[in-house]
Amino acid sequence: MNRSKLDLDPEKIDYAREISKKITQPVQDYISGHTTVSVERTTLRMLGADGIDANEVPVPNLIIQQLKERVGEGTAKFYINALLKKGLTPSALNSEIANGLDISTLEWAESAQIEKKAAELVQSFSSRVKENVGFRNEKLALHNSSQSTPLLYLIVATGNIYEDVKQAQGAAIQGADVIAVIRTTGQSLLDYVPFGPTTEGFGGTYATQENFKIMRKALDEVGEKIGKYIRLVNYCSGLCMPEIAVMGALERLDMMLNDSMYGILFRDINMYRTFVDQKFSRMVNSFAEIVINTGEDNYLTTSDAFEKAYTVTASQFINEQFAFESGMPARLMGLGHAFEMNPEMKNGFLFEMAQAQMAREIFPEAPLKYMPPTKYMTGDIFKGYAMNTLFNFIAKSTNQGILLLGMLTEAIHTPFMQDRYLGVANARYVLNSMADFSDDIEFKKDGIMQTRAKNVLDQSISFLEQINEKGLFNAIEQRMFAEVARPKNGGKGLDGVYEKTEGYYNPMYSFLARELKIN
Amino acid sequence: MQLIKPYGDTLNDGAVQLSFTLPVANGAKAIEAAIQYTKKLGFTEAEVVNAHPLSDDFTFFVVYGKTPLAIDYDKIVVEEIEKPMDFYGVNSYIKEHIQRKIAVIGACTGTDAHTVGIDAILNMKGWEQHYGLERYPMIDAFNLGAQILNEDLIRLAVEKNADAILVSQVVTQKDVHINNLTNFIELLEADGLRSQFIVLAGGPRISNKLALELGFDAGFGRGTYPEHVGSFIAKKMVEKMMR
Ligand code: B12
Repeated sequence: MNRSKLDLDPEKIDYAREISKKITQPVQDYISGHTTVSVERTTLRMLGADGIDANEVPVPNLIIQQLKERVGEGTAKFYINALLKKGLTPSALNSEIANGLDISTLEWAESAQIEKKAAELVQSFSSRVKENVGFRNEKLALHNSSQSTPLLYLIVATGNIYEDVKQAQGAAIQGADVIAVIRTTGQSLLDYVPFGPTTEGFGGTYATQENFKIMRKALDEVGEKIGKYIRLVNYCSGLCMPEIAVMGALERLDMMLNDSMYGILFRDINMYRTFVDQKFSRMVNSFAEIVINTGEDNYLTTSDAFEKAYTVTASQFINEQFAFESGMPARLMGLGHAFEMNPEMKNGFLFEMAQAQMAREIFPEAPLKYMPPTKYMTGDIFKGYAMNTLFNFIAKSTNQGILLLGMLTEAIHTPFMQDRYLGVANARYVLNSMADFSDDIEFKKDGIMQTRAKNVLDQSISFLEQINEKGLFNAIEQRMFAEVARPKNGGKGLDGVYEKTEGYYNPMYSFLARELKIN
Repeated sequence: MQLIKPYGDTLNDGAVQLSFTLPVANGAKAIEAAIQYTKKLGFTEAEVVNAHPLSDDFTFFVVYGKTPLAIDYDKIVVEEIEKPMDFYGVNSYIKEHIQRKIAVIGACTGTDAHTVGIDAILNMKGWEQHYGLERYPMIDAFNLGAQILNEDLIRLAVEKNADAILVSQVVTQKDVHINNLTNFIELLEADGLRSQFIVLAGGPRISNKLALELGFDAGFGRGTYPEHVGSFIAKKMVEKMMR
């Protein structure tokens, strides 16, 4: 496994990493100097803020409204101060705030007291998350042999959490290792996280902490029954990226879709906002040992997969650097890519395989997330099923980490129960019948696949060089990714970005930074 | 009269392949239920060739049935679709009959974030080697992208003096597109603007019939090319001018 089947030059790979680090550095400098309303709401949630008022506005949002211009100082001290001054538990304080208590005007407790209370709240957050991590690791060790390699990943998306539960339990029984609950259309643009269990969604289900809890419990139950630990996935993206990360950490989610640029490019969220948010969300994910899934597959839905393969590789390098800078170890980086070449293309399969093998060799420790064909799926479900078989073949033969199962009805609807079964059946057949195939093959020297991989790596390097020259902010503005241009001050959520003041205080951030050994 | 039936390997054998899931545990009873259900659908013969449990209380079936029902092919009526003009045809038609550039504005609206469809119609590059309307010398095309509010689309259409508004809807789960398209027409009507524009809806699950029902001038589904849209708008404008 160590020898490069593709004969890639390790020096080139190192060089690509070096430039990527240079690309992300100026962004890091920006991030260090700023906070956002969502970073602050996340911090408040970590301290215990939760619940909603009579108009269904979440308590963390109410607090931000109260503090408006002072968000740049860090909101944690106001919440902690209110706990002290009112002598309340977090849940009692939350009800007071929901009933109209303004915490911005209270007298100040002594700073030593605030520090002490902060330490206590940090401790209780930390132990809850560590308990979750311990539980997960124990179950995974216990049931290690019952999972597939790659992990089989299935999606549920009914819009109704209780309906999702049925579909998810069904999917687990059929053989899924990982269940993702797709989020409803439009949630990424909400600047708050809805509350409670939900039964109305379009193309997906709302991500709420209660929904997380309901699904977690359902998967634990079915897992007990079939002797397996079923991983749960949600989407840590959009305007509430870090808040959702924290909810996932608290409710023991195991994976999160979490890309450093997806929100900017595909949801038109402001770039400054996204960069600041993604860092904190990744710090939370790292601490909770949640595997992130990055979104490179999306590039190929708007660009041609053969022509623009290098943008996927380049984005993987950039995502990797952003993740390192959030203290994330490679074993938690589910870097993404996809099988999206035009099925009419001669030798398309070889190019797909070269790309997948290249990702494997460049990111040896990452549990790569491989996405199935979507763009060229049509109403011809039978052809679609055949395409999914080729996709599964590559996933297995190039040792991908997470296999998002292709659905034969991709072009028609969100999956029916039987569509999932057919997806699992296809994958299981391929995984079993080619169990040791990858150890048994070599690639022809200077053959089509080696040549293709070398070319794509070279193109990625020159693309990264161009980005580095322009700067990442300018590169996004100038349409270098996904064929969309996003102006620096455009998009949603810029008004939620604040410069940190001199005395910015955030005990949760400092705690995570210490734990993850970053600054 | 020309009676026809599905064809398997013999004319008029009425052979149909079905697959579906029933919310019951797999077993002899479930299989019998699948057979009887298939017969209720009108099939005379029904054979369950595969039954597989999806969970404790769901079973997936593949069934072959034979149907006695036939249909008179001569009685089938579909809308005759006029052959659209091509890129050159559309431009010269506009030049000759409208004698000015026409303006079109488009967006994927509501919470829908799919841009590829509207881009295919409007952007320079076009779709499958068919140039997008932006490239047409006689058309000024504005593409607002996705996640655009109906209100904003209408406001900008007025601002840009658009002749036609193009609305794309890709997500259709729980009929979210119907609500959104209906709202769009209601807003136009409330502002007294409906007759000022040619309004088109499009998307993989939009049909002309549906769009007309919702109050649009036309609907375009899968496989639409920019010239289909350009032809329709140009012809419709001329028709409007004649009135
Ligand atoms: C690419 C893609 C995405 C990309 C979109 C990137 C982008 N910038 O557009 C990304 C990854 C972002 C995405 C996200 C989601 N997607 Co999506 N996506 C697709 C996919 C794979 C292809 C769509 C596509 O680009 N087709 C190619 C274009 C050219 O075709 P087209 O849109 O039909 O357009 C043609 C015609 O319809 C027509 N046309 C279209 N619009 C208009 C307008 C006018 C005026 C006219 C005249 C003509 C016209 O002309 C075009 C050219 O012929 C489809 C599955 C599939 N294979 O179809 C799913 C699919 C459309 N997505 C789906 C869903 C549910 C989602 C999500 C909601 C999932 C989620 N919960 O997160 C999110 C969307 C969130 C949101 N806010 O909308 C579902 C929709 C199910 C349904 N029926 O409701 C599909 C079918 C997948 C599935 N089976 O679940 N998606």
